[in-house]
Amino acid sequence: MLNLLFVIGILCMVHEWALAESIVRAVLDIVRERKLKAVLEVKIAVGQLQQIEVDIFRDALKEISEGTLLKETRFSIEEEEAKFKCRNCGYIWKFNEIKRSIKEDDAEAIHFIPELAHAIIRCPRCGSPDFIVVRGRGVRIVSLRGIT
Amino acid sequence: MDPRISIVPERIKNIKRKIAVVSGKGGVGKTVIASLLALELSSMGKIVGLLDLDFNGPSCHIVLGIPEDTSVEEEKGIIPPLFNGIRFMSLELFVKGRALPLRGNDISNAIIELLAITRWGSLDYLIIDTPPGTSDELLDILRLIDGLEALIVTIPSKLALKTVERLLDLLKMVNTNIIGIVENMSKGTDIVREFAKRFNIRYLGSIPYDEKLEGALGDVGALKRTNVSESIITILHRIIGLKITR
Repeated sequence: MLNLLFVIGILCMVHEWALAESIVRAVLDIVRERKLKAVLEVKIAVGQLQQIEVDIFRDALKEISEGTLLKETRFSIEEEEAKFKCRNCGYIWKFNEIKRSIKEDDAEAIHFIPELAHAIIRCPRCGSPDFIVVRGRGVRIVSLRGIT
Repeated sequence: MDPRISIVPERIKNIKRKIAVVSGKGGVGKTVIASLLALELSSMGKIVGLLDLDFNGPSCHIVLGIPEDTSVEEEKGIIPPLFNGIRFMSLELFVKGRALPLRGNDISNAIIELLAITRWGSLDYLIIDTPPGTSDELLDILRLIDGLEALIVTIPSKLALKTVERLLDLLKMVNTNIIGIVENMSKGTDIVREFAKRFNIRYLGSIPYDEKLEGALGDVGALKRTNVSESIITILHRIIGLKITR
């Protein structure tokens, strides 16, 4: 069982790592631009649609930050529920309502590129693929608290 | 803020030349030319990547015979699979023949994600197939890929050349390096050559219409025996040898 969990962790690491790298890079860019001496906290929103493993994402952030100015920074991660609105009929639905109907391969595709949801998810009421991801798409920096 | 844009320069920093194959109109042969450029560069021993950014009609995989059930390798991002020496990336590797109805903002998001998570490694060339015109895809790569060069493809038609004029207008506006123009499905007229002269861009050569091409699609060996491939090699030598000026 432990071995299986380890393998799952490594597989999930891949994409979380790439996104964590982008967060660290973006914050370090801000540090340079604003000439910050330290960054106390970075608030990150993680959209449900991208199906990020938060613990792994947090570990990746910690590892990538080692040896940088962000070594002591607190990364606060908030999960954001994914919601869709159909452009055709106006119906609004949540990712949770349809999550189980998505095949494993397709879920992985959405994990890589959330926009692939448009090839996979349909409006539960009218069947249209023309919908908006109202919230909960992917990863974004909400705020940053630093010392000048 | 969107953190992904910050990592894009890192992902492409070891790519020596990034060439977008562009056109004003659709159906002028960009995909075939982009795919064959990648193939011939690889045959010359160059390390090559091919990025299919035509989200509505991705088809580089059809030209090169890349199987639909290909899966991507994952290691701290995505490693593009290798075919005939070409590192290949396309949303088609995930979409697998289904429709992907994306609007403007979704297209931008998908491109940024793709550029942020794809680990190309060190490449001599990255060839990018783009949709026709001044599309969202083109605008995004012009904004995100530093040092992008444009290779214009056209057919010898007044209609096509009129759209190239608009495209040139955009490319010059954003200060893009224009490698030159390729005349596809040539009929032996001078209109593309004269157009290139009038707009002060390099005429890189012509590719004749080749009836054998359709039958060779998907078969790399057969593709390399077509007249199109032969013309591409000549054009390629000009591209490699050219000094690019802004």
